[in-house]
Amino acid sequence: MRTNLYFRRVAVIGAGMTPFKRRYLETPQELAWEASKTALEEAGLELRDVDCVVIGSAPDAFDGIHMKGEYLSHGSGGVRKPVSRVYVGGATGVMTVISAWYHVASGLCRKVLAVAEEKMSPGRPHPQAVFRYIWDPITEKPLNPNLIWIFAMEMHRYMYVNKVSKEEIALVSVKNKRNALANPYAQLGAEITVEDVLKSEVLVWPVQLLDVSPVSDGAAAMVLVEGDVARRYTDTPVWVEGVGWTLDNTSWPNRELAYPRYLENAARMAYKMAGIERPQKEIDVVEPYDPFDYKELHHLEGLMLAKRGEAPSLLKEGFFDKDGEIPSSPSGGLLGVGNPIAAAGLMKTISIYWQLKGTGGRMQVKKPVHTGVAQAWGDLMQASTVVVMRN
Amino acid sequence: MKKVGVIGVGWFGFSPHIHDHSFREMMFEASQRAYHDANVNPREDVDAFISCQEDFWEGISISDEFAPDPVGGSMRPAMTVAGDGLQGVAHGVMMINSGVADVVVVEAHAKPSDVLSFSKVVELAMDPLYVRGANVNYHFIAGLDAVKFMERTGVTREDLAEVVVKNKASGLKTGRAPFASSLDKDYVESLETVVYPLSKADIAQPVDASIVVVVASEEVARKFNDAPVWITGISFATDSSNLELAELGRASYLALASKEAFKTSKLESPLKVDGIFVDDRYSYKELMHLEALGVQDVMGMLREGYFNPGSYLPVNPKGGHLAKGFPLEASGLSLLLDAVEYLREGEKKAIVASWRGVPTFTGAVAVMER
Repeated sequence: MRTNLYFRRVAVIGAGMTPFKRRYLETPQELAWEASKTALEEAGLELRDVDCVVIGSAPDAFDGIHMKGEYLSHGSGGVRKPVSRVYVGGATGVMTVISAWYHVASGLCRKVLAVAEEKMSPGRPHPQAVFRYIWDPITEKPLNPNLIWIFAMEMHRYMYVNKVSKEEIALVSVKNKRNALANPYAQLGAEITVEDVLKSEVLVWPVQLLDVSPVSDGAAAMVLVEGDVARRYTDTPVWVEGVGWTLDNTSWPNRELAYPRYLENAARMAYKMAGIERPQKEIDVVEPYDPFDYKELHHLEGLMLAKRGEAPSLLKEGFFDKDGEIPSSPSGGLLGVGNPIAAAGLMKTISIYWQLKGTGGRMQVKKPVHTGVAQAWGDLMQASTVVVMRN
Repeated sequence: MKKVGVIGVGWFGFSPHIHDHSFREMMFEASQRAYHDANVNPREDVDAFISCQEDFWEGISISDEFAPDPVGGSMRPAMTVAGDGLQGVAHGVMMINSGVADVVVVEAHAKPSDVLSFSKVVELAMDPLYVRGANVNYHFIAGLDAVKFMERTGVTREDLAEVVVKNKASGLKTGRAPFASSLDKDYVESLETVVYPLSKADIAQPVDASIVVVVASEEVARKFNDAPVWITGISFATDSSNLELAELGRASYLALASKEAFKTSKLESPLKVDGIFVDDRYSYKELMHLEALGVQDVMGMLREGYFNPGSYLPVNPKGGHLAKGFPLEASGLSLLLDAVEYLREGEKKAIVASWRGVPTFTGAVAVMER
């Protein structure tokens, strides 16, 4: 992978979100527009100023719309403009930012609106039904696996290899739901205990109800512009300094599930571009993707912010708390804010943007922050996307 | 924009029904041919992989899961553009121009023979509140579009038949045109209309195919290929995505995309190329798209035979979709493949212009030079 030091610098100058909740009455287009409008307002831009629109949305079947990029382009203000939709399953939200970054860094566009939307609640009888069609149609689909089964396998494997207890993992859920209480966009902020997690309904052992993020609807948007443009609109741009993405092979049953090596690859790509050599020393705040509580620990290790198997003990020591060494998911993460798949990844990036801009409000971490990382994950436990930002 | 070289192309299929290969096997075959053509090792020489596909065509939720393995892209930067293959090439060009990659592989495939209810899938692309409930046959939308275009420009059914005869005959020169044939214009005109003004011969058929294109930065392209085909300008655009608000009878999406692509490639006029490869999913679309590219008096030029192979401005000299069929998201790459072959045969410059089909108003344009 080449890292070109001469690419155009790209900055974030605005972001916006809808609150994440279940069963929005608004259409996907309306949600996308609400988020886009807020982002444009913060950036001080109007729709006509935007050169290109990049849309992120994950499985089409949630919204039940074929060619969803075309459909969402209307709500995202992408009429009569270069518009494209990108996706890598759950990792789509951060990939949307990465794609918007190369739209600007390549010189094709100067001002880009990145929009991610997902409306999971129309899925009937349950959004999980959509996940019945993610498997290999010949070798796996006939077994009718459930998505939570495979995450239970991965969680179990992570616990077994690293000798981690359920109590240690439950701490992630406790931390994130507590952090979400300070987030006005959050769906499931709560003050819960480890015991609450351990007493919650078992879905597929060892996955219990409070280990899992909720079904959500929502949209998020971000404005990315070329360096010189950024200076015209704001004194406090946040720079996108590194991007990385990787897809592992499709064959998840043959993989070592205890460690996300695809994430390590993506992180190495992003860190190299951002000039980060010692991630644990140089990164101030992180938003790892946490649709399940164990995934935050898994991803902190893949991001090389903890050694393999070390994340649970660091978490226990308060290293990843909001006032810790590297605050992790100060937004409340997917466990607390909600999980409208693609929008959740963009929410993670927006959260880092707010932290670096210093506009996190009650979410703002106590220590000064200069370098932040957002990450998302998806597909058949095979995709990861990473963005490094600096103020 | 720095120019980007096409250093290899590979394809597999172009049949109404590939029964002995899965979509992944088709992708593998096409990518092997492209890598052989480009003389690259995908595990070492390629920096990023792009697959262009849509879940509903695949019958798989999150279909990009299956993208990396057949093209050799696992554990590498791989992603999906939910759009036409030519849009995927634009993303590859952006990756190269932004500096994160030197060599990018763009793949797109189609297996419509696996789709049991093609028209129902298309219907799902229509707005669920305002259009879908009307149960509109998608060819009917094309018919409305055609009528508006014909009324405005004076194009007649005879002109459309001319396009059909020209393209189906041109397809006879290639090995991947299952619908190529030598037809008589009177015969085409005598066919019963499916939806006015379109007969069965005016409507291209879907085909199974996989196409892989390897693109590289200028410096690196020359390492692999002595004479790459250069992409000197590329862009894409979406007009209104809502059918009820769309402007029928014009291809504004292609006008917008071509303006940008021509600007970057410093192409003053579409008449200054040696061939145009344009989406002709419906016969009238070829003429509408030519108009959007800036060709003046399309009807007059057609009637004078300007668009025939060997003439002043050959249009779809390798048959277009009417002869080859359209492989869904690989349709743009099918036109690009034709252009690459055409330029490799000795021509200097070509335009490729794609469309995503009904009910979209999205298109992409690339200017290619040898």
